[in-house]
Formats: sequence, C-alpha cells, structure tokens
Amino acid sequence: MTFSLNEASRAAIDREVAKYPEGQAISAVMAGLRIAQEQNGWLTPEAIEAVATHLNIPPMAAMEVATFYNMYDVKPVGRWKITVCTNLPCALSGGEQAAEYVKEKLGIGFNETTADGRFTLKEGECMGVCGDAPAIIVNNTRLCSWMSREKIDALLDELK
Amino acid sequence: MNAPENPQAILLAGLDGDNTWGIEHYIKRGGYSALRKILESGMTPEQIIAEVKKSDLRGRGGAGFPTGLKWSFMPRQFPMDKYVVCNSDEGEPGTFKDRDLLRYNPHLVIEGMAIAGYVMGCTRGYNYIHGEIFSLYQRFEEALAEARAAGFIGKNILGKGFDFDLFAHHGWGAYICGEETALLESIEGKKGQPRFKPPFPASHGLYGKPTTINNTETFAAIPWIINNGGEAFQALGKPNNGGTKIFSVSGHVNRPGVYEIPLGTPFSTLLEMCGGMRGGRKLKAVIPGGSSAPVLPGDIMMDCTMDYDSISKAGSMLGSGAVIVMDETTCMVKSLERLSYFYHEESCGQCTPCREGTGWLYRMVHRIEHGQGRPDDLDTLDNVASNIAGRTICALGDAAAFPVKSFIKHFRSEFEYHVEHKHCLVPVDVQREGSRIYVEHAAC
Repeated sequence: MTFSLNEASRAAIDREVAKYPEGQAISAVMAGLRIAQEQNGWLTPEAIEAVATHLNIPPMAAMEVATFYNMYDVKPVGRWKITVCTNLPCALSGGEQAAEYVKEKLGIGFNETTADGRFTLKEGECMGVCGDAPAIIVNNTRLCSWMSREKIDALLDELK
Repeated sequence: MNAPENPQAILLAGLDGDNTWGIEHYIKRGGYSALRKILESGMTPEQIIAEVKKSDLRGRGGAGFPTGLKWSFMPRQFPMDKYVVCNSDEGEPGTFKDRDLLRYNPHLVIEGMAIAGYVMGCTRGYNYIHGEIFSLYQRFEEALAEARAAGFIGKNILGKGFDFDLFAHHGWGAYICGEETALLESIEGKKGQPRFKPPFPASHGLYGKPTTINNTETFAAIPWIINNGGEAFQALGKPNNGGTKIFSVSGHVNRPGVYEIPLGTPFSTLLEMCGGMRGGRKLKAVIPGGSSAPVLPGDIMMDCTMDYDSISKAGSMLGSGAVIVMDETTCMVKSLERLSYFYHEESCGQCTPCREGTGWLYRMVHRIEHGQGRPDDLDTLDNVASNIAGRTICALGDAAAFPVKSFIKHFRSEFEYHVEHKHCLVPVDVQREGSRIYVEHAAC
C-alpha cells in the first residue's frame, strides 16, 4: 500500500515543526503521526515512514513513537473508533455499563471491528474527564460526556 | 461554566458566561495585570521568588513540592537556553481539574507561564496537553495566538525588552507522560520513558537545558500571588498549605465535578458541595488524591481537612486533589482490580519490577475477584507491592503499589471473604445499582 502525505498534512506538520528549536524537527513526530492518521484513518508502516521522511528522522524513531502511545492506531480500525473509559472513577458512575451497552449494540467486544467496517470499540484509560462519566471519545478527538443509553443510541445512529 | 459561581474561587472565578476563554474576557477580569505590573515596576526575579515562597504555594500536580523553592533551583543568571514547561497531561484516574482551567481560563495559565519565564530567564515554554482532551489543545493554541497578537508573549513583551514564546504540545495516550522527565522525552519526540534523576530538570531538562516543570494549576496561581501578595495567598489556606486548591470529585456523589476551595476545608464540607452521597447511601472509602494515593476508610476521611498535611497525617496523599468517593455498594476487590489493570497497562516497560510486577499484581487481584484466590495471595500481593515500590526509575511503580497495600490494609476482611467464599460480600446487583449509568446531575 503506498501512502503519501497530502498538501494539507504537509503544511500542518510544517506548522508543528516551527514550534521547536532549530534541529529539533523530531519533536513534531507526535503531531505528525496524528496528522497522518487523520489523513489515512490508521497508521500503515508506509504512513509512519512518510512522516519520518518528511521530518528527516529515522523511520524506526517514528515507529517507536507510533507503537508506544495508545491513541495511534497501527492496525486497521473502523471508520469510527469508539473509546469508552472504564477506569475506576468512570466505572463508579456507569462507565462499565456504558461499555457493555455499546458492546451489546454493536455486537463486538473491545479491540474488535464490526463486519461492515463502521465501528471499532476500544477500552479507554483515564481521559481526564471523570466528572463527565460515562465518557466516550470518537476518533480520538471528539469527547462525548454523560453518555446515557439514549445518548449512546443517538451517537451510534449519527455515525454512518 | 455550568457550575454556580463560587465565592471562594480565585482561579475559577468570574467564569460564568460565554467565551470566558477569550482574551477580551480575560482582560476585562483583570487578566495580564500581573505580568504588566512586573514588567512596568521592574520587580526583580528574586523579589518574585520571595513572594512565591511567602505564598506557601505547593505544586498542584501531585508531589506538593514548594514552588518558590523549585524556581530558585534554576540557574537563572546564566545566559543560555532555558525552558519553562507546563504539565497539563492530566491522566491520573480521578483528576480532571486542569481541564477546566484550560477550558475556561487558558490565558491565566499563559500569564503564569510568562511570569515564570521572566523569573527564570527562560525565553521559550511548552504546555504539554493530555491528548484525550484534544479540543482544549486547539483552544489553547487559539489562546496563544491571541496572546501573541496582543503582545503578551513573543518578542519584546509590552515593549519592555522581555522575550518569551510559548507553544502547545499534545500527548497521545500515555499516562506515564505525566511524569515530568517522561514528558520531556515526549516533547523531544521520543517514547515517554522516564529518565534517571539526578540530573534533575533544573540542570538537565528539555533538550538537555535547564528546565522548570510545573503543573497547570500551579502556574495559574502565580498571577493572583503577584497581584495580591504571597501573604494574602497563604492566608487563604493554612500554614504550609497556602491558597485555594481545585478538587475534582468523582464517584458516588450527587454532583461529581470541579470545586475550588481553600486548603484546610473539611472533607465533609466538600462532600456537601457535591450534593452529598448519591442516593443518601453510606460513605465507605475515599481515594483523596488520585488513584495512586492510598485509599482511606470513610470514617477516617470524615475527620480530615483537605490539605497536604492533614491527608498525609491520615496516611494518604493530597496528590492532584482528585477525590474518588465510594459508597457501601462498592466492591473493594473489583475496584482494586481495575486500578491494578490500569497501572499494568500504563507501565512504560523500562524497569523490571514495574513491568513484571504490575502484571503480577493485576493477575492476582483478578483471580481473587473471580473466585480463584488462594489464602496466601494477600501476603504475596503485599510482598510483590513492597518489592516494586522504591525500586523503579519513576513513581509509577510506587503508584501501582500504594493502592494494593492500602486496599488490603484497610479492607483486608473483604479480600479474605472473596478468597474464602469465591464471591463478593456486596451482591452483584447491589454493586450494579450503585454504579449504574448516572447522568441525572449533569447539565446535558
């Protein structure tokens, strides 16, 4: 599978590089991988290499980062990645039961993708929003708070 | 904000209404007056550090280290690259206070960081923001652009020849990056694996240069201290515990949320502010300072005041001010199982006692919870926890060990009951009812 960063992604990465001192473009690798993931849906080895090439760093340095941080997807995911926090503070206010409900609705477990490729379900660790439990994050960036069964229904319906 | 105006608040004060995060609203509330005061009056870094020391401000991220003392460690007189870094990587279970500062009052953090830059002779700063709250990273970037356009950061700030620029860096899902040296590694574009200390960041920090790292709330307290004086800040709290503190309360209360109160406020008052226990049920246990802090039984907690010294005397830590409240429907074994899973999942893998030990802890608590516990498991758990704590590069090992030791210490009979009867003392349907999806309180 070939991959190349599109113009918008390259410009976005260059804006990140400008935040760091001269010679420290590697600092932008986290944002770079996030941007490549947004472009491609998940980080293929080619996408990781493209980010490394753009930043002029060894591909292995980018690969290490991509595999260390949980929100990079180095395996294919569905169009919508649903992450439900089940850590203790959330669990005390229904986080676990919200996850059970999503599993039941989608017919999949954690780290699985629906057959139609629409949803992937992930178990989240602390998102730092425990007061909003049950909390769900969609595709890493959209936080949904106080997810009652009704709101879970509406959210899943909305994500085509 | 959707919380009622709190007369005791100073960091989260005046934030009712729309767009409180914009620079216009901030300036209307007196924002950037502390930075202006310093630059226009020619207040020296030494004078500012003396004020911060007088304030008894202690680090709000968890360790509670005196901020003025930390700042004095920086070799501020040497003309070299130095950095000021803000730790907004808030991912300690139970902690969600910095999120509200970034959400409603980002310019306060920017002003605090600019003052820190002035004090320590730093010309550049970074705010490392938890990846899971990405929209607030974007909001912070917008706030930075506003501050730059208004001349509060950048070159020649307020025409006084002070240069300080500030940038945002986002995390992407690694609890360990809340550890200050892991955070620096992460800004340098590496895996977030903590460094050996010493050398401490004040001598060898970001890109190998002297660096001071403080928590978001710590920086946010600085402008008020400059405007009102260290003694006034100190007087808001109690000796050795100056100021107000933002507590994030989660779990079995009627109104989980963020509450800024003076240090030294009784726990019972905080509980009242949260609308009391959900369903009027009985308080069983509280983790007073984030998941790494030892758990305390409810009756001990009811005698505590919310400050570093009182909680420490009771055998726990104020930590980040993350208060996790558990009522009588809670199974302590299941609760510990979930926390142990978290530390196992988030161990960076660098040190053997933590990488392997957190897995052992999780698997043992898991088997007790699932009716396969053995009578000697509790002593083994305690032994494993003791052999992790203090034997790792960073505090994640300790953080994984403290819950295990404290849960067993205070709730040993419950663990023994699980081992003996293969199930929980609290019926499963009671547990489920206590922790069912709870959204009634929320303005949603």
